[in-house]
Amino acid sequence: MKPVDQMTWKDLAVGCVVENAGNADTYKSGDWRSMRPIWDKDRCIKCGVCYIFCPDMAIKETEDGYFEADLFYCKGCGICVRECVTGAIRLVEEEE
Amino acid sequence: MPKREGMEVSIAASEAIRLANVDAIAAYPITPQTHIVEHLSEFVANGELDAEFIPVESEHSAMSVCMGTSAAGARTFTCTSSQGLALMSEIVFIAPPMQLPIVMILANRSLSGPLSIWNDHTDVMMVRDCGWIQAFGENGQEIFDLTLAAFRIAEDRRVLLPFMVNMDGFILSHVIEPIEMMDQETVDKFLPVYKPKYRMDPDNPVTMGAFAMPDLYTETKKAQDEKLKASLPVIEEVWKEFGDLTGRYYHPIETYKAEGAKTLFVTMGSFGETASTAVDMLREKGEDVGLCQIRLWRPFPYEAFWKAVEGVDTLIIVDRATSYGGPGGPVASEIRSALYTLDPKPRVVDFIAGLAGRDVAPVNYEDMYTRAKARIASGDIAGYEIYGVKE
Repeated sequence: MKPVDQMTWKDLAVGCVVENAGNADTYKSGDWRSMRPIWDKDRCIKCGVCYIFCPDMAIKETEDGYFEADLFYCKGCGICVRECVTGAIRLVEEEE
Repeated sequence: MPKREGMEVSIAASEAIRLANVDAIAAYPITPQTHIVEHLSEFVANGELDAEFIPVESEHSAMSVCMGTSAAGARTFTCTSSQGLALMSEIVFIAPPMQLPIVMILANRSLSGPLSIWNDHTDVMMVRDCGWIQAFGENGQEIFDLTLAAFRIAEDRRVLLPFMVNMDGFILSHVIEPIEMMDQETVDKFLPVYKPKYRMDPDNPVTMGAFAMPDLYTETKKAQDEKLKASLPVIEEVWKEFGDLTGRYYHPIETYKAEGAKTLFVTMGSFGETASTAVDMLREKGEDVGLCQIRLWRPFPYEAFWKAVEGVDTLIIVDRATSYGGPGGPVASEIRSALYTLDPKPRVVDFIAGLAGRDVAPVNYEDMYTRAKARIASGDIAGYEIYGVKE
């Protein structure tokens, strides 16, 4: 299938059906982000509240039990920052 | 030849739905459509029709359920009227881009307010741009026939669009007419089992009704427009086949004594029967007049319309709805636009008549003919006249 921005009206399936169901995981919602969450490991207690509250399931647990954002999906909404009980997460400006 | 039976047109319409062997019906009763829904629920309750009859709490839910059953691959029917259509309108616009071949009978009734239960075309004109195929029947037989043919057209793989059969409320829905039925065997041959291109199937999942970003929305609308326009030859083909089967032929534009006529009435729906009587009366008086009926409103049959008005001097449009503060009746404004590129082109005189069930008798057409002549003579044919209004 062509990338969405290259599709013409003739490329659309009947009724705009998406034949490969569940393909939303190929969509880079990280493009929307202007702020990026970063974790302060000194404050993080590994409780996973950020992971639970992330509306896009864009936070993953690392091997050492801390958490980080999957920047392919993270929109930078800041809910993790708001919910973090120890204030271990903050948003920083995206540079590029 | 099959027997003609006297029956109420709503009952005949329900018979068409039964013969079409629909799988799912979701509808909410509203005057003047009620008899259709009542009769269909009896069919299902008595085991005469093997379908899911889904009672809903509103028309918004009715159309939502229809989208679901149609997406699951079920042959789906609903019907409504006026306020019911207004309430379901949000969902009405979603069925065409999703290409769900739902068939709906719309028992045309005026919109509130003031509250009225009687017939005009303000309800259908409200959803003129919804993307459904929209056809009008002139009498009970036509409603029966168009409804059966609607499933075949809607479900054709080249079409896959919802189909709205417009039936004038009371004037058709509650009138007893002689109707020629079809037997089940003939219908089954004409209307095979619906085989959807895509359907909701857990073993073969697809996404329906997905979100479209600005970089794709325009393309979806272009595809929708092209699909609706491309349905025209299929509609003609299916109506031709239906005619070969029954002897009753239907065309996107129907004419009566229009050959060589200098003036044509232009009507939609049940107006046509009275207008053709008026044409006969005027012809007896030596007037050179005929009738052009728009059976297919969407997609609009431009070629057939242009052919029908060739050599005509005057079109008297009898509209059944108003665009307040706008260009007049919706049919007239559409026709003025359709004529724009023709040279020479007939002049258009627009009357808005028969609102909320006010009778338009053959004498009224004669009167409109006279008034049109007077308006032409005075040079004032711009705008429109709300016919018969008490000044």
